Amino acid sequence: MTEKAPVKNEVSLEALKAGDKAELARMVELYSEPIYRLGLKMLGSEQDAEDVLQETFMKALRSIQQFEGRSSISTWLYRIAMNEIFLTLRKKKPMEESLDGYDSDSEEPEKPKEIIDWCCLPENELMNAEVRKTMSQAIEKLSPALRSVFILRDMNHLSVKETADALGISEAAVKTRLLRARLQLREDLSVYFSHKMP
Amino acid sequence: MTHPQRNCQELLASLSEYVDGDLSKELCAEIERHLEECHDCQVVVNTLRKTIDLYRQVELEDELPKSVMQKLYFRLNIEDYLSR
Ligand SMILES: [Zn+2]
Repeated sequence: MTEKAPVKNEVSLEALKAGDKAELARMVELYSEPIYRLGLKMLGSEQDAEDVLQETFMKALRSIQQFEGRSSISTWLYRIAMNEIFLTLRKKKPMEESLDGYDSDSEEPEKPKEIIDWCCLPENELMNAEVRKTMSQAIEKLSPALRSVFILRDMNHLSVKETADALGISEAAVKTRLLRARLQLREDLSVYFSHKMP
Repeated sequence: MTHPQRNCQELLASLSEYVDGDLSKELCAEIERHLEECHDCQVVVNTLRKTIDLYRQVELEDELPKSVMQKLYFRLNIEDYLSR
Protein backbone atom coordinates (compact mmCIF):
# COMPACT_ATOMS: atom_id res chain seq x y z
CA MET A 1 0.00 0.00 0.00
CA THR A 2 1.26 3.41 -0.85
CA GLU A 3 1.08 6.14 1.71
CA LYS A 4 -1.66 8.65 0.99
CA ALA A 5 -3.52 11.47 2.64
CA PRO A 6 -6.50 10.10 4.59
CA VAL A 7 -9.16 8.94 2.17
CA LYS A 8 -12.75 9.91 2.81
CA ASN A 9 -14.20 6.45 2.74
CA GLU A 10 -11.88 4.67 5.07
CA VAL A 11 -14.40 4.37 7.86
CA SER A 12 -15.16 0.70 8.32
CA LEU A 13 -18.84 -0.14 8.43
CA GLU A 14 -18.03 -3.46 10.00
CA ALA A 15 -16.21 -1.82 12.88
CA LEU A 16 -19.04 0.68 13.34
CA LYS A 17 -21.59 -2.11 13.50
CA ALA A 18 -19.46 -3.91 16.06
CA GLY A 19 -19.65 -0.81 18.25
CA ASP A 20 -16.03 0.24 17.81
CA LYS A 21 -15.87 3.62 19.51
CA ALA A 22 -12.61 4.67 17.91
CA GLU A 23 -14.14 4.10 14.50
CA LEU A 24 -17.23 6.08 15.46
CA ALA A 25 -14.98 8.91 16.63
CA ARG A 26 -13.18 8.80 13.30
CA MET A 27 -16.45 9.01 11.40
CA VAL A 28 -17.50 11.97 13.51
CA GLU A 29 -14.14 13.64 13.06
CA LEU A 30 -14.36 13.25 9.28
CA TYR A 31 -17.94 14.34 8.70
CA SER A 32 -18.98 16.69 11.48
CA GLU A 33 -17.47 19.74 9.84
CA PRO A 34 -19.10 19.31 6.40
CA ILE A 35 -22.43 18.32 7.95
CA TYR A 36 -22.38 21.31 10.27
CA ARG A 37 -21.59 23.59 7.36
CA LEU A 38 -24.39 22.06 5.32
CA GLY A 39 -26.87 22.70 8.13
CA LEU A 40 -25.62 26.22 8.64
CA LYS A 41 -25.91 27.11 4.97
CA MET A 42 -29.27 25.44 4.55
CA LEU A 43 -30.89 26.79 7.69
CA GLY A 44 -28.99 30.00 8.37
CA SER A 45 -28.81 29.46 12.09
CA GLU A 46 -26.01 28.10 14.25
CA GLN A 47 -28.46 26.55 16.69
CA ASP A 48 -30.30 24.72 13.91
CA ALA A 49 -26.99 23.61 12.41
CA GLU A 50 -25.95 22.19 15.77
CA ASP A 51 -29.27 20.36 16.14
CA VAL A 52 -28.92 18.88 12.67
CA LEU A 53 -25.38 17.78 13.44
CA GLN A 54 -26.40 16.06 16.67
CA GLU A 55 -29.52 14.46 15.23
CA THR A 56 -27.65 13.18 12.20
CA PHE A 57 -25.10 11.27 14.23
CA MET A 58 -27.64 10.09 16.81
CA LYS A 59 -29.87 8.73 14.06
CA ALA A 60 -26.93 7.23 12.24
CA LEU A 61 -25.90 5.44 15.38
CA ARG A 62 -29.41 4.15 15.99
CA SER A 63 -29.83 2.84 12.45
CA ILE A 64 -26.34 1.58 11.74
CA GLN A 65 -27.40 -2.07 12.00
CA GLN A 66 -29.97 -1.58 9.24
CA PHE A 67 -27.54 0.18 6.93
CA GLU A 68 -26.43 -2.28 4.30
CA GLY A 69 -23.63 -0.23 2.89
CA ARG A 70 -25.04 0.03 -0.60
CA SER A 71 -24.03 3.67 -0.67
CA SER A 72 -20.93 5.08 0.93
CA ILE A 73 -21.02 6.06 4.56
CA SER A 74 -20.69 9.71 3.66
CA THR A 75 -23.68 9.60 1.30
CA TRP A 76 -25.69 7.82 3.95
CA LEU A 77 -24.82 10.49 6.52
CA TYR A 78 -25.63 13.28 4.13
CA ARG A 79 -28.97 11.65 3.39
CA ILE A 80 -29.84 11.56 7.09
CA ALA A 81 -28.67 15.15 7.49
CA MET A 82 -30.70 16.33 4.48
CA ASN A 83 -33.82 14.66 5.88
CA GLU A 84 -33.29 16.49 9.15
CA ILE A 85 -32.74 19.75 7.32
CA PHE A 86 -35.89 19.42 5.24
CA LEU A 87 -37.89 18.54 8.37
CA THR A 88 -36.62 21.68 10.02
CA LEU A 89 -37.38 23.76 6.94
CA ARG A 90 -40.93 22.44 6.83
CA LYS A 91 -41.40 23.28 10.48
CA LYS A 92 -40.10 26.78 9.93
CA LYS A 93 -41.92 27.50 6.72
CA PRO A 94 -44.95 25.22 6.59
CA MET A 95 -46.51 27.41 3.92
CA GLU A 96 -43.71 27.05 1.45
CA GLU A 97 -44.67 24.65 -1.30
CA SER A 98 -42.35 22.46 -3.20
CA LEU A 99 -39.25 22.25 -1.09
CA ASP A 100 -38.18 19.44 -3.36
CA GLY A 101 -38.27 21.53 -6.51
CA TYR A 102 -39.21 18.80 -8.96
CA ASP A 103 -41.56 21.09 -10.81
CA SER A 104 -38.79 23.31 -12.10
CA ASP A 105 -36.28 20.68 -13.18
CA SER A 106 -37.56 20.58 -16.73
CA GLU A 107 -37.35 24.32 -17.20
CA GLU A 108 -34.54 25.71 -19.27
CA PRO A 109 -31.97 27.73 -17.37
CA GLU A 110 -32.79 31.38 -17.31
CA LYS A 111 -30.95 33.47 -19.86
CA PRO A 112 -28.23 35.61 -18.24
CA LYS A 113 -29.28 39.22 -17.83
CA GLU A 114 -26.23 40.97 -16.42
CA ILE A 115 -23.47 41.05 -19.01
CA ILE A 116 -20.72 43.00 -17.29
CA ASP A 117 -17.22 41.66 -17.15
CA TRP A 118 -16.23 42.43 -13.58
CA CYS A 119 -13.44 39.86 -13.47
CA CYS A 120 -10.79 42.55 -13.94
CA LEU A 121 -11.70 44.41 -10.76
CA PRO A 122 -8.79 44.66 -8.32
CA GLU A 123 -8.42 41.85 -5.81
CA ASN A 124 -9.46 43.99 -2.83
CA GLU A 125 -12.73 44.83 -4.56
CA LEU A 126 -13.35 41.20 -5.43
CA MET A 127 -12.92 39.83 -1.93
CA ASN A 128 -13.75 41.74 1.19
CA ALA A 129 -16.34 41.72 3.95
CA GLU A 130 -18.98 43.30 1.76
CA VAL A 131 -18.50 40.70 -0.98
CA ARG A 132 -18.74 37.92 1.59
CA LYS A 133 -21.99 39.33 2.85
CA THR A 134 -23.36 39.69 -0.67
CA MET A 135 -22.38 36.12 -1.38
CA SER A 136 -24.06 34.71 1.75
CA GLN A 137 -27.20 36.63 0.99
CA ALA A 138 -27.20 35.34 -2.57
CA ILE A 139 -26.84 31.76 -1.34
CA GLU A 140 -29.65 32.29 1.18
CA LYS A 141 -31.88 33.51 -1.62
CA LEU A 142 -31.57 30.25 -3.54
CA SER A 143 -34.55 27.95 -3.13
CA PRO A 144 -33.89 24.98 -0.83
CA ALA A 145 -33.93 22.67 -3.85
CA LEU A 146 -31.17 24.62 -5.58
CA ARG A 147 -29.29 25.45 -2.42
CA SER A 148 -29.02 21.84 -1.29
CA VAL A 149 -27.51 20.74 -4.61
CA PHE A 150 -25.21 23.72 -4.72
CA ILE A 151 -23.84 23.15 -1.21
CA LEU A 152 -23.33 19.43 -1.60
CA ARG A 153 -21.71 19.72 -5.02
CA ASP A 154 -19.83 22.97 -4.91
CA MET A 155 -19.06 23.42 -1.25
CA ASN A 156 -18.86 19.90 0.12
CA HIS A 157 -17.46 18.56 -3.14
CA LEU A 158 -19.69 15.52 -3.51
CA SER A 159 -19.86 13.92 -6.94
CA VAL A 160 -22.98 14.18 -9.08
CA LYS A 161 -23.91 10.63 -8.14
CA GLU A 162 -23.32 11.15 -4.41
CA THR A 163 -25.38 14.33 -4.47
CA ALA A 164 -28.19 12.56 -6.30
CA ASP A 165 -28.14 9.71 -3.76
CA ALA A 166 -28.03 12.03 -0.77
CA LEU A 167 -31.02 14.00 -2.03
CA GLY A 168 -32.96 11.17 -3.62
CA ILE A 169 -33.10 12.90 -7.00
CA SER A 170 -31.78 11.98 -10.45
CA GLU A 171 -28.31 12.86 -11.65
CA ALA A 172 -29.89 14.93 -14.41
CA ALA A 173 -31.73 16.96 -11.78
CA VAL A 174 -28.47 17.51 -9.90
CA LYS A 175 -26.87 18.90 -13.04
CA THR A 176 -29.69 21.26 -13.95
CA ARG A 177 -30.08 22.48 -10.38
CA LEU A 178 -26.37 23.11 -10.01
CA LEU A 179 -26.32 25.11 -13.21
CA ARG A 180 -29.33 27.17 -12.18
CA ALA A 181 -27.89 27.82 -8.74
CA ARG A 182 -24.56 28.92 -10.16
CA LEU A 183 -26.20 31.15 -12.76
CA GLN A 184 -28.35 32.77 -10.12
CA LEU A 185 -25.33 33.48 -7.92
CA ARG A 186 -23.46 34.87 -10.91
CA GLU A 187 -26.40 37.13 -11.62
CA ASP A 188 -26.52 38.46 -8.06
CA LEU A 189 -22.78 39.02 -7.88
CA SER A 190 -22.84 40.74 -11.26
CA VAL A 191 -25.47 43.18 -10.03
CA TYR A 192 -23.34 43.90 -6.99
CA PHE A 193 -20.06 44.28 -8.91
CA SER A 194 -21.63 46.40 -11.63
CA HIS A 195 -21.80 49.20 -9.06
CA LYS A 196 -18.08 48.85 -8.41
CA MET A 197 -17.02 49.13 -12.01
CA PRO A 198 -15.06 52.25 -12.92
CA MET B 1 -26.06 28.01 -41.38
CA THR B 2 -25.44 29.33 -37.92
CA HIS B 3 -28.10 30.30 -35.46
CA PRO B 4 -26.34 32.52 -32.96
CA GLN B 5 -29.33 32.61 -30.61
CA ARG B 6 -29.57 28.89 -30.48
CA ASN B 7 -25.87 28.54 -29.90
CA CYS B 8 -26.02 30.80 -26.86
CA GLN B 9 -28.86 28.74 -25.44
CA GLU B 10 -26.99 25.52 -26.12
CA LEU B 11 -23.87 26.85 -24.50
CA LEU B 12 -25.87 27.85 -21.46
CA ALA B 13 -27.10 24.29 -21.02
CA SER B 14 -23.60 22.84 -20.87
CA LEU B 15 -21.97 25.77 -19.11
CA SER B 16 -21.53 24.10 -15.73
CA GLU B 17 -19.86 21.09 -17.23
CA TYR B 18 -17.75 23.29 -19.44
CA VAL B 19 -16.30 25.32 -16.57
CA ASP B 20 -15.80 22.14 -14.56
CA GLY B 21 -13.85 20.65 -17.45
CA ASP B 22 -16.26 17.73 -17.75
CA LEU B 23 -17.03 18.01 -21.45
CA SER B 24 -15.53 16.04 -24.30
CA LYS B 25 -12.80 17.64 -26.42
CA GLU B 26 -15.19 18.02 -29.33
CA LEU B 27 -17.84 19.81 -27.31
CA CYS B 28 -15.23 22.06 -25.73
CA ALA B 29 -13.91 23.01 -29.14
CA GLU B 30 -17.42 23.79 -30.31
CA ILE B 31 -18.04 25.99 -27.32
CA GLU B 32 -14.72 27.76 -27.73
CA ARG B 33 -15.54 28.50 -31.36
CA HIS B 34 -18.77 30.09 -30.22
CA LEU B 35 -17.01 32.05 -27.49
CA GLU B 36 -14.61 33.55 -30.01
CA GLU B 37 -17.44 35.25 -31.80
CA CYS B 38 -19.86 35.88 -28.95
CA HIS B 39 -18.86 38.53 -26.47
CA ASP B 40 -21.86 38.02 -24.20
CA CYS B 41 -21.22 34.35 -23.67
CA GLN B 42 -17.57 35.10 -23.06
CA VAL B 43 -18.52 37.45 -20.25
CA VAL B 44 -20.93 34.91 -18.81
CA VAL B 45 -18.24 32.22 -18.82
CA ASN B 46 -15.65 34.52 -17.24
CA THR B 47 -17.92 35.81 -14.53
CA LEU B 48 -19.31 32.36 -13.79
CA ARG B 49 -15.79 31.03 -13.33
CA LYS B 50 -14.96 33.93 -11.06
CA THR B 51 -18.17 33.43 -9.10
CA ILE B 52 -17.27 29.80 -8.41
CA ASP B 53 -13.77 30.87 -7.50
CA LEU B 54 -15.05 33.44 -5.02
CA TYR B 55 -17.51 31.25 -3.20
CA ARG B 56 -14.94 28.53 -2.85
CA GLN B 57 -12.78 31.06 -1.02
CA VAL B 58 -15.61 32.13 1.26
CA GLU B 59 -16.75 28.60 1.96
CA LEU B 60 -13.76 27.72 4.08
CA GLU B 61 -14.54 30.35 6.64
CA ASP B 62 -17.39 28.65 8.48
CA GLU B 63 -15.81 26.71 11.25
CA LEU B 64 -17.41 24.25 13.53
CA PRO B 65 -17.22 25.74 17.05
CA LYS B 66 -15.22 23.69 19.52
CA SER B 67 -18.04 23.74 22.07
CA VAL B 68 -20.45 22.21 19.54
CA MET B 69 -17.95 19.51 18.76
CA GLN B 70 -17.46 18.74 22.44
CA LYS B 71 -21.19 18.41 23.09
CA LEU B 72 -21.47 16.03 20.18
CA TYR B 73 -18.65 13.83 21.44
CA PHE B 74 -20.20 13.67 24.88
CA ARG B 75 -23.63 12.88 23.51
CA LEU B 76 -22.19 10.03 21.47
CA ASN B 77 -20.16 8.77 24.41
CA ILE B 78 -16.88 9.17 22.60
CA GLU B 79 -15.47 12.04 24.64
CA ASP B 80 -12.28 10.05 25.22
CA TYR B 81 -11.47 10.61 21.59
CA LEU B 82 -11.78 14.38 21.68
CA SER B 83 -8.61 15.55 20.07
CA ARG B 84 -9.19 19.23 19.78
ZN1 LIG C 1 -23.33 33.30 -27.24
